[in-house]
Amino acid sequence: MATITLDTVRKVYAGNVEAVKGVSVDIDDGEFIVLVGPSGCGKSTLLRMIAGLEDITTGDISIGDRIVNKVDPADRDIAMVFQNYALYPHMTVYNNLAYGLRNRKIAKDEIDRRVKEAARILEIGDYLERKPRMLSGGQRQRVAMGRAIVREPAAFLFDEPLSNLDAKLRVQMRVEIKRLQKALGTTSVYVTHDQLEAMTLADRLIVLNGGAIEQIGAPVDVYDKPASTFVASFIGSPAMNLVPVRSENGRLQAESGAGLDAPNLHGSDRYLLGIRPEHLEISGEKANGTDGLSMEFTVNVLEPVGAESYIYGQLDGAGPEIVVRAPSHARYDPGTVLYLNATAADIHFFDAENGRRIEG
Amino acid sequence: MKRLQIMDHVILLAGVFFMVAPVFLAFLTSTHDAVTIYRSGMQFTLGDNFLENYHTVLTQAGGFTKQVNGLVMLKNSLILGFGFAIGKIVISMLAAYAIVYFRFPFASFCFWIIFSTLLLPLEVRILPSYEIVQSLGLVNTYTGMIVPLIASATGTFFFRQFFMSVPEELLEAARIDGAGAWKFFIDILVPLSKTMIAAIFIIMFVYGWNQYLWPTLITTDETFFTLVRGIKQILKVWIGAQIPDYDQAMALAILAMLPPVIVVVIFQSWFIKGLVESDK
Repeated sequence: MATITLDTVRKVYAGNVEAVKGVSVDIDDGEFIVLVGPSGCGKSTLLRMIAGLEDITTGDISIGDRIVNKVDPADRDIAMVFQNYALYPHMTVYNNLAYGLRNRKIAKDEIDRRVKEAARILEIGDYLERKPRMLSGGQRQRVAMGRAIVREPAAFLFDEPLSNLDAKLRVQMRVEIKRLQKALGTTSVYVTHDQLEAMTLADRLIVLNGGAIEQIGAPVDVYDKPASTFVASFIGSPAMNLVPVRSENGRLQAESGAGLDAPNLHGSDRYLLGIRPEHLEISGEKANGTDGLSMEFTVNVLEPVGAESYIYGQLDGAGPEIVVRAPSHARYDPGTVLYLNATAADIHFFDAENGRRIEG
Repeated sequence: MKRLQIMDHVILLAGVFFMVAPVFLAFLTSTHDAVTIYRSGMQFTLGDNFLENYHTVLTQAGGFTKQVNGLVMLKNSLILGFGFAIGKIVISMLAAYAIVYFRFPFASFCFWIIFSTLLLPLEVRILPSYEIVQSLGLVNTYTGMIVPLIASATGTFFFRQFFMSVPEELLEAARIDGAGAWKFFIDILVPLSKTMIAAIFIIMFVYGWNQYLWPTLITTDETFFTLVRGIKQILKVWIGAQIPDYDQAMALAILAMLPPVIVVVIFQSWFIKGLVESDK
C-alpha cells in the first residue's frame, strides 16, 4: 500500500518527440486511478515510467516516500498486468505465479501459501499445473492478475488488460477487477482507451491528450463538467454535440445560420456550445420558453442499439451533425423535422478559440 | 484424386529409392571380402563376412603407426560432432542474446559483420586459421580441431530471428519479476528455444561429423583421426600388390553414417516443431 506521486514528469524520445509533457499528479493510498486517452496520448508511456520500464527524462516519480527514478522495476514494489498477459509459456500456472517470488528468495512454504491464496481468490485452483497455452483468454487473464496479486505489491499497474478479451468477458472481468481492487485496497493505475472501462473502474480519471493532462477528476465530475472540448467528446458515448454559436441580440444562434436558440450565459460573442445526446428532449414543435436551448433538427439516420436509439441528423437541415438519444421504440423517417430542447443547466460552454470550459 | 495419390506415392518411392539404394548397396557390399569386391564390383547379395569385417574395422589397429582403430576414430568423430554442435549452440545463442537484448554501440553493424561471414566458406580463411592454431600450439588437439570453427553465423542468425519473435512483454514481465539478464536467459529464453536448439543441434552435429578438410590439416597424429578420414585412409594403402580393403571401407562408411542418422531420428520431432511452431 502506498501513494504514488508524479512531479512534472516528462518523457522525450530520440528525435525530440515529447511523449509526456510535464505530468504532475498525486495518487492516494488505495486509490484506483484510470489513465484514459486516445492512442498515442502517452498513457502507456506514463504507466511504463511508473513501472520502471521506461527512463524518466525529467521530473520525479515517488512510490511511498521513496523517489524511484533510478530504481529497478523489480525493486519498486509494483506488479504489472500486461495487455497480452506476458505469461511464461513454458511454465505451469503455478510456476508463473511463483517465479517472481522465488527470485525474491521468499521461503518455499510462504510462496506456496500465497499462490494457493491467489488461486483461491481468482478461482484458478484447478489449472495450477497447466501450461498457459491450455487456458482460455479469460483464464490467462486471471493468471496474469494472480501473478500480480502474489507479489503483494504497493501498487498494481494495468496496461489495457482487458482489450484482448471478447465483449462479454470484458464486462465480467471489469467487475471482477473492481471488486478485487476494493477487497485488497491496493493502489492501482489502470491504462485504457475505452472510456466506458475508465468511467466504471475509476475512483479518479486522468484524461490525457497529446502527452498532457486534460482533466483529473471523479468519473461523474469529468462527465458533468468536462474541462475542454477534448474531454467532452472523449468521455461519453455517443460523444457530446458541439455547435459553434455566436451572439445575436443577447441570444445565441448557430454560426451556420438559424435553427438554434439559446440564452447567452457568459457574455462572450462566440462559443462552442456543448450538449450531450441524452440531455436533448425531442418534441414535435418549437418550445416557447426562453430559459433553455431549442434546436430545429432534420433526421438523417436512426440507429437502434436495443435499450435506446440514437438519431443522427442535422441542425436546421444544413448545420453541424447532431446526435440525440431517443427511446428504443422511437421511429422517425429520414427528413422528418423535430425540435430538440434542453434546460440551461445541461448546456456546456467552451471557449471558441482554445476549447476550454467556461464556468458559469 | 485417386490417380494423383498413386502418382504422389510413385514419386515419393522413387525419391526413397534413390536415397536408400546406394546406402543399401554399400551395406551389402560391406559384407563380402575384399577380393570378391575387387573382382566383381558392387555386390547385390548379403555376403558371409559381415561380423568379421565389422569386427576388423572396429578393433584392428590400422594406419602407418598401427595405433588407431575404428573405435578410436568413432570416439574422435563423436567428440568433434558433439563439440561442434554444443559449442556452436552456446556461442551463437550468447551472441544472438547480446545482439537482440543489449543496446551496445554498433550492435547492428556487428550483426551484419557476423552475417556477412556466411558468405565466406571455411576454405577462404583456412590458411590464416591454421597459422593461428599452429602458433598457439593447438595442432593435434581436440581444442584445435573444434574451437576455430565454433563461431557460427548461421546459428547466430537463426537464434537472432527467434529471439526477435519473443514478445517484448515477456522480458518486461521478467524484469518486474526480478530476473536479471542472466536469469532471464537461463529461465526464460533457453527453455523457449528448446525446439530451435534441437534443430540447430542436428544441423551442426552433422556438419561437425562430416568435417574433413580442417581435421586433416590440423591433425597429423593418427590417434586424432576421425571416421570420415579413416575411410579415405583405408583406400590409400595401394602399395605393391596389395588391394585396397573395399570391404572395410564400406563397413566404415556404414558405421560413419549411423550416429548422424541416430541423432536425426531422435531429434526429428523436435526439429520439425522448431521449424513450424509459432506458438510462443
